[in-house]
Amino acid sequence: MLTFQSKPFQTPYFWPTQKWVAEDSDYAIYLAKRNIRKKGMLEPYEQAHYNHLHEWLNHKWDFIVMQATEQYKAGKERKKPDRVVFDCQERAYWIVNKPPRRTHSAMDSGLELLIDPNSDEKIPFDTYRRMNLFYQQAIMRSKVKSSVSLGALNKYVATYKNHDPFLAPCLPSNPWLTDNDTYWTLNMRQLEVPTKMRVERWSFSLFELLSDLRGRDDFKIFLKKEFSGENLAFWEAAEELKWGTASSMTSKAETIFKTFLAPGAPRWINIDGRTMGLTVKGLDHPHRYVLEAAQTHVFLLMKKDTFFRYLKSPVYKEIQKKALNPEPHNFSPGQLEQNAQNRSPGIHPLILWQQDEAEKAKAAAASAPVDVKALMSKLDRKK
Amino acid sequence: MGEMEELRKEMENLKDQITAARKTFQDSTLQEAAAGVTVVGRVQLKTRKTLRGHLAKIYAMHWGTDSTLCVSASQDGKLIVWDTITTNKVNAIPLKSSWVMTCAYAPSGNLVACGGLDNMCSIYNLKGKDGNVKVMRELAAHTGYLSCCRFLSDTEIITSSGDCTCVLWDIETGTQKTVFAGHQGDAMSLGVSPDFKFFISGACDFTAKLWDIREAECRQTFGGHESDINAIGFFPNGNAVITGSDDATCKLYDLRADQELLTYQDSSIMCGVTSLAPSKSGRLLLAGHDDFNVNIWDMLKAERVGVLAGHDNRVSCIGVSTDGMACCTGSWDSFLKIWN
Repeated sequence: MLTFQSKPFQTPYFWPTQKWVAEDSDYAIYLAKRNIRKKGMLEPYEQAHYNHLHEWLNHKWDFIVMQATEQYKAGKERKKPDRVVFDCQERAYWIVNKPPRRTHSAMDSGLELLIDPNSDEKIPFDTYRRMNLFYQQAIMRSKVKSSVSLGALNKYVATYKNHDPFLAPCLPSNPWLTDNDTYWTLNMRQLEVPTKMRVERWSFSLFELLSDLRGRDDFKIFLKKEFSGENLAFWEAAEELKWGTASSMTSKAETIFKTFLAPGAPRWINIDGRTMGLTVKGLDHPHRYVLEAAQTHVFLLMKKDTFFRYLKSPVYKEIQKKALNPEPHNFSPGQLEQNAQNRSPGIHPLILWQQDEAEKAKAAAASAPVDVKALMSKLDRKK
Repeated sequence: MGEMEELRKEMENLKDQITAARKTFQDSTLQEAAAGVTVVGRVQLKTRKTLRGHLAKIYAMHWGTDSTLCVSASQDGKLIVWDTITTNKVNAIPLKSSWVMTCAYAPSGNLVACGGLDNMCSIYNLKGKDGNVKVMRELAAHTGYLSCCRFLSDTEIITSSGDCTCVLWDIETGTQKTVFAGHQGDAMSLGVSPDFKFFISGACDFTAKLWDIREAECRQTFGGHESDINAIGFFPNGNAVITGSDDATCKLYDLRADQELLTYQDSSIMCGVTSLAPSKSGRLLLAGHDDFNVNIWDMLKAERVGVLAGHDNRVSCIGVSTDGMACCTGSWDSFLKIWN
């Protein structure tokens, strides 16, 4: 029940500090009251709310109308200045708590809206032309039958079913449930022996394999044995170029050209003549996406051929055998309590980042092209 | 004026052709395709942690990749980076403008961004030299509020704004690289594809658009909603798009079939969707609503299989961690809850 204080300027009721939660039935009473005062004075968005509440709170609509009438009568008995102040406070309160559509806060309603939602659009001539072009392109675009898309969605969901922690339990245990973070220690970015589930995920798609750095490393081992590591090396270099800093682009582009694309380059990649021509030309003015065509080509090559051979290879079979399948934890309630008390924050992200940088530096040094002259002179000096 | 009339007629004709073409490609419904799939059964997730610390409504949250860290933004003017497992605050960043509406965590973990009614996207460096978190860049050029932002890398970020455009920024120089214009209403949210080649945006003109980042053009437009689209996200395989709207429904659109596949709606749900996130396998869709609850949908069967109730005010943001282990919800009641 709403109670009113008739003392002047003291209606702390509506002050946000009171933390009174705006109930739907109160809002309904407020809107009904305004309707009683003058029919048709509700804004379109308020009318929409009113209709909605009328439907939803239909069972107590009599009560709402009764409350609204009571409040309206009580309001009329107040002195005019008090009434005006109270009405303003009430109106402001509801604008803040039930803001109009398309606004995130009462701050940006009204004149500041850049597009007036109620006005008709006058579409200029040029826009029609562009829209028609867009629609024509849309018609000509190759589409896939919905059965194919649905099949693909189905397949994806089925493939990942056991890898979804909301649907299947994880081994050894879910850290959120047992406060034991062995699961995360076993699945860190860089480690010797991955878990069986992780190795299984590598077989789902080349994208999944390359996204997991540990998987990428295993793939590299396989490629080294096949002496075809240049494709993956090129792909990695192209990723670095795409996401690197603008200042590094020219130097990176040069290195990539010398290592992978120039005739007689030490790690020459085998792409078709047309793509090679376009890429080399583009490298004169390198930008982030200059290697896009070549990178896509290389990715497809790996996806259609190398990836499947990897999955059948002894390297993959070996890692599958080596992979861990941890025993599920079976904690007693007492142990669970202890786990909760021993909860550690884990390794600080700054330290992990520093470790990553150190690894990257080591890898860069190891894969730098060997300076044959320096090596020979070193050997000569040893003699 | 005769030419205008002709163009308008041509446009209507083309739109009819598109609708007809879509119908011919609709040779199966998800109900038929998923008929053989086993039912998921009731999904019950419980609150595992409550993150307390914000003093006002939480408007946005975003998980970091590969970690248990997440960032949240609240209108008390703070951006907080949480270690969700211990509920400790790793960083509490005071903001210049307290009217923040979105936040994002960079994939590398080095940067966080936020923005709101100040029309700017502020980038903060978490890995500063002396451990201090400082503003690295302020990206200002939008003429409307910033509704959403997402990092592509440490050098590029995409933002969507109330001025109906989305923009790709170069963080190093602080300039706009591409402006994606085409929406006829405030762009409310955006999502980046898993391969970082495309992004989708949902707007107050009731449509969602797919944009090619490299070619800087709108590839596809999806309509069908009856009200503002507040939330948008990619299906985990990157070939489908999920949208959530003020009309209380969520829709699934397929990119290759270029049409809507499913609508997730229930007569008992009457209030708008504010945020959504799919589970790792894509089987479950978690959608946050104005009625303080989160509904869990079985994406293949279009049935509600669970509800997360626990917040005392509107659920404003939701996210599933990268490894799919936990879901985090943020609410106007100033708390974040981790569910599992």
